[in-house]
Amino acid sequence: MAQYVIRRILFAIPTLVVISLIIFAILDLAPGDPTSQLPLTLPAEVREQIRESLGFNDPFIIQWLKWMQLMFINEPLHIIDSIFNTCIGDCESRARIISWSSRAPAVDIIFQRLPQTLWVLGASFVLGILIAIPVGIISAYKQYSAFDNIGTFVTMIGYSAPTFFTGILAIIVFSVWLGWFPSFYDSTLVVNSWDTFLAHVKQMAMPVAVLTLFNTAALSRFTRASVLDNLNEDYVRTARSKGLGETMVVTTHVMRNSLIPVVTLIALQIPGIFAGAIITEQIFRINGLGALLITAIGQADVPMVQTLTFMFAFLIVVFNLIADVTYGILDPRIRYD
Amino acid sequence: MATTQERVEEQVDLQPARPGEKHRSLSEDVWRQFKRHKGAMIGLVLLAIVVLASVIGPFVYPLDPYDIDTSLANMNPTWTHPMGTDNLGRDVMARVLIGGRISLAVGFAAMLFGLFLGTAVGVISGFFKKFDGPLMRVTDLFLALPILPLLLVVIMLFRESLKDAFGENVGIFILVVFIIGVTSWMQTARVVRGEVLAIKEEEFVLAAHSIGTRKRNVVMRHILPNVLSPVMVSAALGVASAVLTESALSFLGLGFPADFPTWGRLLFDAKGYLQLNPMRAIWPGVMICLAVMSVNFIGDGIRDALDPKARSK
Repeated sequence: MAQYVIRRILFAIPTLVVISLIIFAILDLAPGDPTSQLPLTLPAEVREQIRESLGFNDPFIIQWLKWMQLMFINEPLHIIDSIFNTCIGDCESRARIISWSSRAPAVDIIFQRLPQTLWVLGASFVLGILIAIPVGIISAYKQYSAFDNIGTFVTMIGYSAPTFFTGILAIIVFSVWLGWFPSFYDSTLVVNSWDTFLAHVKQMAMPVAVLTLFNTAALSRFTRASVLDNLNEDYVRTARSKGLGETMVVTTHVMRNSLIPVVTLIALQIPGIFAGAIITEQIFRINGLGALLITAIGQADVPMVQTLTFMFAFLIVVFNLIADVTYGILDPRIRYD
Repeated sequence: MATTQERVEEQVDLQPARPGEKHRSLSEDVWRQFKRHKGAMIGLVLLAIVVLASVIGPFVYPLDPYDIDTSLANMNPTWTHPMGTDNLGRDVMARVLIGGRISLAVGFAAMLFGLFLGTAVGVISGFFKKFDGPLMRVTDLFLALPILPLLLVVIMLFRESLKDAFGENVGIFILVVFIIGVTSWMQTARVVRGEVLAIKEEEFVLAAHSIGTRKRNVVMRHILPNVLSPVMVSAALGVASAVLTESALSFLGLGFPADFPTWGRLLFDAKGYLQLNPMRAIWPGVMICLAVMSVNFIGDGIRDALDPKARSK
């Protein structure tokens, strides 16, 4: 097992390097000039100096290697330093990835935006799991009952309706017609009293509900299928024939076995949820990572876009790894050689 | 107690077809099973309505989707404008109908492209052993790419140059179809590869090889027809996800330009007028949901119909 984990990690590193090359190449091959946003009155030699200082006259491979050094060495070191208050190497003059539009280190801006995204995503993710698993188990246990049929229909809607439509529908119904919730997210709100806490819950209600519907749909369908597979297994009959109650059979025997693939799916879904947040944040005007990416793309802020895209790729690779490893830990039948 | 002979006959059905009972081909069987799937039939009817409305609708419907009349701006639904008008007084229904054409065209074109790529990669890596490792590594790599952020970046960066090369609308169309196709072939490739790996060990493939059939013909005549079922399921799901991706891109303002309505673009434009004219946002959204849901149901139906375990019931 340990050997397998090490092998997977060793395989993840070249994957990340190649992905970073792809991301870097796409942005580098793109037509357009990094100084095109600057005023036209700038003299040509100043423009050339700016290009030189940004390192644009280096060959592609050198630029990429420099960026890799920043991304894989300097930024992680900086994060370690700021967490533990240490100073590894020359922490004062360490080069950072600087956003072109805000002139601040890209990673610092990302960390400023992270809480908003994590609040909404985390809440909808936890809620989604809490709803989807019981719903999936009950629909499988009572297959073709009214509960199952309604559940299947609702999940089909949640599965087919894109978040940018359900979000807009929620805004129309709950903020335009009923006026219950605000249609946008106020990230300057400081929670320090009961009233501000209520306001925070209110502004989170709609984005969380919309994302939860989306997360629940796929997860509960998958849970249902997995439980259905297990309900016909011999060990279930054995458990019943030795006199176990139905609750016992379902909760300890069926559930533990059928949730193994579900746990994997949950891990695999996490990066997708981050990507889905790009759209949800646009609908509800949440000032999070997705909004940051969209503005950075709009401003042609290449370092910011590179850092964010690479971060998304990193999440995918890491959670794929986690999914594979947890699968092996949870299911002792699976052997990796 | 049944004898072995009887049991074999039960399973294999050695008796010749009873008189009066017509011989059924596989496709008839599949269609019969498909018809029994209630959701799939509803999906088929819904999809037919949506496609017909988008293809024929703009010819039949009298109002012009580009006709600006600001004196009629932001109207609620009336008899002359069944879905109301937008902020420039253009008829929303005409725009939804014409928008469907583009959304569905992008969906089908991107699906075909992705399907072609996926099937090609799947067949090649399943059939030719030496390509298997590298192609599957590439597939894994594509699966690890953050699709949506990359799509946004690529569109942002390359739209200008394609616009110059092919003209505004065609350029964006090619770009959107190309990148959705390039980023959606991986699941098909994996499924097809798995099927091909199993099929190429079958005896009929060996027979084809031994009578001297060329490799190309073995693939085209013997392998491909047998991987059709997973490919069809991927096709259905591919249309759904391509329509969704195109709408998402347009919704973020990075898809088609404003004078080129697609469902996602209409939703994006309506987003700014939710207080004034909420119904305007609902129509294109409902159309996206209908299209995606019907295709998903059809995909479910095909999967069940092609599953021999379900069919024999």
